[in-house]
Amino acid sequence: MKEEILNLLKKDARLAPSEIADRLATDVETVAGIIDECEKSKTIYGYCALVNEEAFDKPPVRALIEVSVQPERDDGFDNIARKISKFSQVSDVMLVSGNYDLQLIVVGDSLQDIAGFVSGKLAPMNGVTSTRTHFMLKKYKECGFTAEDEEDYERLSVTP
Amino acid sequence: MSNNGQSKWLATHIAALPRSGIRDFFELVSEMDDVISLGVGEPDFATPWGIREATIYALEKGHTNYTSNLGLMRLREVACDYVAANFGMRYHAAAECIITVGVSEALDLILRAILDPGDEVVYHEPCYVSYAPSIQMAHAVPVAVQTVESEAFALEPGRLEQAITKKTKAILLNFPNNPTGANLSFEQKEQVAQVAVRHDLLVITDEIYAELTWGEACQSIAAFPGMRERTIFLHGMSKAYAMTGFRIGYACGPPELIEAMMKIHQYSMLCASIVAQEAAIEALRNGRADMEAMKEEYCQRRNVIVKRLNDMGLRCTPPEGAFYVYPNITCTGLTSTEFAHRLLREHKVAVVPGIAFSSAGDGFIRCSYATSMENIEEAMARLAKFIAK
Repeated sequence: MKEEILNLLKKDARLAPSEIADRLATDVETVAGIIDECEKSKTIYGYCALVNEEAFDKPPVRALIEVSVQPERDDGFDNIARKISKFSQVSDVMLVSGNYDLQLIVVGDSLQDIAGFVSGKLAPMNGVTSTRTHFMLKKYKECGFTAEDEEDYERLSVTP
Repeated sequence: MSNNGQSKWLATHIAALPRSGIRDFFELVSEMDDVISLGVGEPDFATPWGIREATIYALEKGHTNYTSNLGLMRLREVACDYVAANFGMRYHAAAECIITVGVSEALDLILRAILDPGDEVVYHEPCYVSYAPSIQMAHAVPVAVQTVESEAFALEPGRLEQAITKKTKAILLNFPNNPTGANLSFEQKEQVAQVAVRHDLLVITDEIYAELTWGEACQSIAAFPGMRERTIFLHGMSKAYAMTGFRIGYACGPPELIEAMMKIHQYSMLCASIVAQEAAIEALRNGRADMEAMKEEYCQRRNVIVKRLNDMGLRCTPPEGAFYVYPNITCTGLTSTEFAHRLLREHKVAVVPGIAFSSAGDGFIRCSYATSMENIEEAMARLAKFIAK
């Protein structure tokens, strides 16, 4: 039940506990209790909307940054990843396998803003050995949702 | 050329066929705008992209020819593996499986292959609209056994047995059922199987909704003792894999029956579209995750629609499978046709009158939940207003 509720919220965080209860054929108290428990335990650690920022008057600039770091003896990558996460410009931090270690998404008002963050804050950090910045040009899909609808094809309205 | 609105050239048995009740209703609906339709018997999802992409690739590679009359061997192999893994019957791809243009063609083939004029086929109502006409087009006699709401629309073996005569050649089953959503329990299937064995009848089982079950997993009657040699198992890609327009079905059964079906198919259809067959291969090999995701969505819609209908006072047996509910509307005092027409005119919601699926269907309507949750909620809100009047 918990995973079913979490999967529904991942698809639509605005679903009310009563709607979730109807969909899963259970009662609203059970659903509300599980959601509450997940929020307290940080299994659910936030809710946000997926927004097409092109609609903004001044769309923000995003960059995907590959970061190589020197892991620490006791903490591995965790300590430096947490430090990087604290910057308000950084929206996503992931440890990944491959040619680099951390993958960040950084948001700024302009290219210069992000360039300044990388050269002034990120690259000089103790433990960061290299960075590579890719500016995002267009987003097509995020969290399973596409920014544009597939063209509707009209179905017959009544079929046996 | 016409006599009572019919051409003098028509064959008597075709002239005698009734028009599908759904046809007239469809024409009425198609003249109106902004209708929310719960009348659709196909998935609202587009075919999963992985399957569509494989179809395009097949075209790019120039797979545009005829195939063997029986269908691509690669498809028959994956279909037989799929049936073995999911239903427990092992069929030989070379001799015990034929690929058809939907289950509809497979049903037509087996009926034409086995029926002599005057033979009887026992089937259960409410049911898919083509069963009785398909039997009649094969010059045989359809014999309906009613399934009833008080028995959750399951086929009662005693009533089935009473309908059997010396002329009965086959029993035609469809569980999970369109339009009721009913399924048979293990014991009920076992009892129906025993009736078939006792009377030495062929069983034709249309299991097109087999994956879409909300209770027990699908259990084909073909897997019961003594049944494999007397069962034609019909299945296809349309419902679970959202591939209605590809028109791919298949039949598995004893080789001499498949051979007879192949003869008719060879002289009439030749083969199913190769592109659609390639799509079916991809679906059966790699489509399960997409299918399961659609199934989960149907299950949630089912829970919502059953609750809304019962809450507004339309008694509704929770369906065991498929994507239909078949609520009882007798409390409104309307016939199913009056109900559907007034609901359409007054609130722009399309449902199918029960009379389209059974002579005893007048106290019921079929609502399909193969439409978005948003449409279901809006349709239920409008239906509740209609009932409250």
